[in-house]
Amino acid sequence: MTNQDTAVRAEGLVKHFKDTKAVDGVDLVVPAGTVYGVLGPNGAGKTTTVRMLATLLRPDAGSATVFGRDVVADPAAVRSQVSLTGQYASLDEDLTGLENLVLLSRLYGFGKAAARSRAEDLLEAFGLTAAAGKQVKGYSGGMRRRLDIAASIIITPKLLFLDEPTTGLDPRSRGQVWDVIRTIVAEGTTVLLTTQYLEEADQLAGRIAVIDTGKVIAEGTPGELKSAVGAGSIRLRLHHADQRDHARTVLAEALGAEVELDDDPVALTATLKPGEDTASQGSHALGELSRSGILVDDFSLGQPSLDEVFLALTDKVDA
Amino acid sequence: MAFTETKTKSDQESLAQIEKERLRGLLAAGERPQAPSPLAAARAFGWRAMLKIKHVPEQLFDIVLFPIMMLLMFTYLFGGAIAGGTGDYLQFLLPGIMVMSIVMTTMYTGMGVNIDIQKGVSDRFKTLPIWRAAPMVGYLLADAFRYAAAGAIMFGTGMVMGYRPSGGPDGVLLGVVLLLVFCFAFSWIWTWIGLIARSEKTVMSISMSILFPLTFLSNVMVDPSTMPGWLQPVVNNTPITQLVDGVRGLFDGAVDSGAVVTTLLWSAGFIAVFGFLTIRAYNRK
Repeated sequence: MTNQDTAVRAEGLVKHFKDTKAVDGVDLVVPAGTVYGVLGPNGAGKTTTVRMLATLLRPDAGSATVFGRDVVADPAAVRSQVSLTGQYASLDEDLTGLENLVLLSRLYGFGKAAARSRAEDLLEAFGLTAAAGKQVKGYSGGMRRRLDIAASIIITPKLLFLDEPTTGLDPRSRGQVWDVIRTIVAEGTTVLLTTQYLEEADQLAGRIAVIDTGKVIAEGTPGELKSAVGAGSIRLRLHHADQRDHARTVLAEALGAEVELDDDPVALTATLKPGEDTASQGSHALGELSRSGILVDDFSLGQPSLDEVFLALTDKVDA
Repeated sequence: MAFTETKTKSDQESLAQIEKERLRGLLAAGERPQAPSPLAAARAFGWRAMLKIKHVPEQLFDIVLFPIMMLLMFTYLFGGAIAGGTGDYLQFLLPGIMVMSIVMTTMYTGMGVNIDIQKGVSDRFKTLPIWRAAPMVGYLLADAFRYAAAGAIMFGTGMVMGYRPSGGPDGVLLGVVLLLVFCFAFSWIWTWIGLIARSEKTVMSISMSILFPLTFLSNVMVDPSTMPGWLQPVVNNTPITQLVDGVRGLFDGAVDSGAVVTTLLWSAGFIAVFGFLTIRAYNRK
């Protein structure tokens, strides 16, 4: 791949903080023009990795380039191509939304009038016009996020880092942020997204790197990762607790799968067989249950959770 | 009533949709103005600091009330004991107490720098194509405005209380300028501490433990010749004593050029050493 096809190429990135190795040899190749997901729990090293790629931290070892420019040797060139929306909104809380964007536009070099019109246009595009004159300290989490992302595209970046853009947001705000990310990518900007949610990576990312204790433990398309982990699970809540043992037998026969009883006396979970169609396994299981006269209050067909992905992947590493 | 209000608000919220078409247009425009000059960047940060004063005017209490309090307290509390009368003492005290109160408020700069780091704003500033020192210089420019305001307030209060400068308007103006130059230079200590300290509280306690001895062990309140012999050389050579000698001389119309030059040398030294440390710490963070 040439420089223009590869947005990020990182090899063996390492960063220590005192005694802890926050990042312990991370390799990444992010193709240009896509959303690339970095998935991992708190403390896995996601933020540290992103900060090194965005030239905010100097790696202790290893190297990284952004569109062919080295993050250590040529940070100014990297900075001119990237934008970062950090985990905590990097805005001045005392200032209003409009003032924040005007200030940053001025700092990007826009003249007074141009800065103001750019700021107003961005507020409008992000549905923040009504709050333009309010101090950011009074903004909701979703509004802050939107303003923060707006600040990141004052100049259209070639690569946008979004560090956990939806952590702590309500579902509606999360949907809005996803819409924004899709629009940004459709216009040609590469997005490197970190997240704790498999669902989010699945919805948005073309490729995902799973990172844990400072190392990439798996990499691939969402489909590849999921099939490596299993096909997910069925979770049931029954109407009568005394039907649970019966239900367990029925499910085990119908699916040929492992069925676990939950702590909740009316709930049980069946792990689906990997490689087979999840939806048809689900409807088959439901059919068998109703034929056996078992009353089901609640039925959910879940993708593997991040926990399951991790358990599966870390098991593999140990073996 | 409350119910209606809530409903109106959520209606408004749901109207606030992301406008994808508009967003697309903004992204596609791809405008890239030239990076701002160091001066323009520093001015933008100065503007930011002024906006903060506008939105959080409470922060002005410190710089308005503190100096007036100091002036009133020391004049009427100690004037009689130290100089045998408040009038004479005010004549001696005003330049010094002005230096003391304003130098003490310089520590707020360090706290501001530290808060920016805690809140993540400085991450944003660091990824901008600007002169690296611009955020600090912007802070210091706005602070210079605050110091000038504090100086004017103290001088005005002093005049009301009966202070008369023999140095005339020129002397007073030059004295204040000397004080501002020193404060600008001295503040680089706090920008550095603001960058390396863990929290704003740490910044405050470090600043206090430097500022208190530094300003009290000086000729602000009393003539150093009344101090024990071993202490005199120390007190006479601190930057604050030199600054007070310089400002007092200019106010009184008896210019102590030695003290003025020494003060300017100290200022240059502070900028060289702590400006360097500040920028280094800023780049490393």
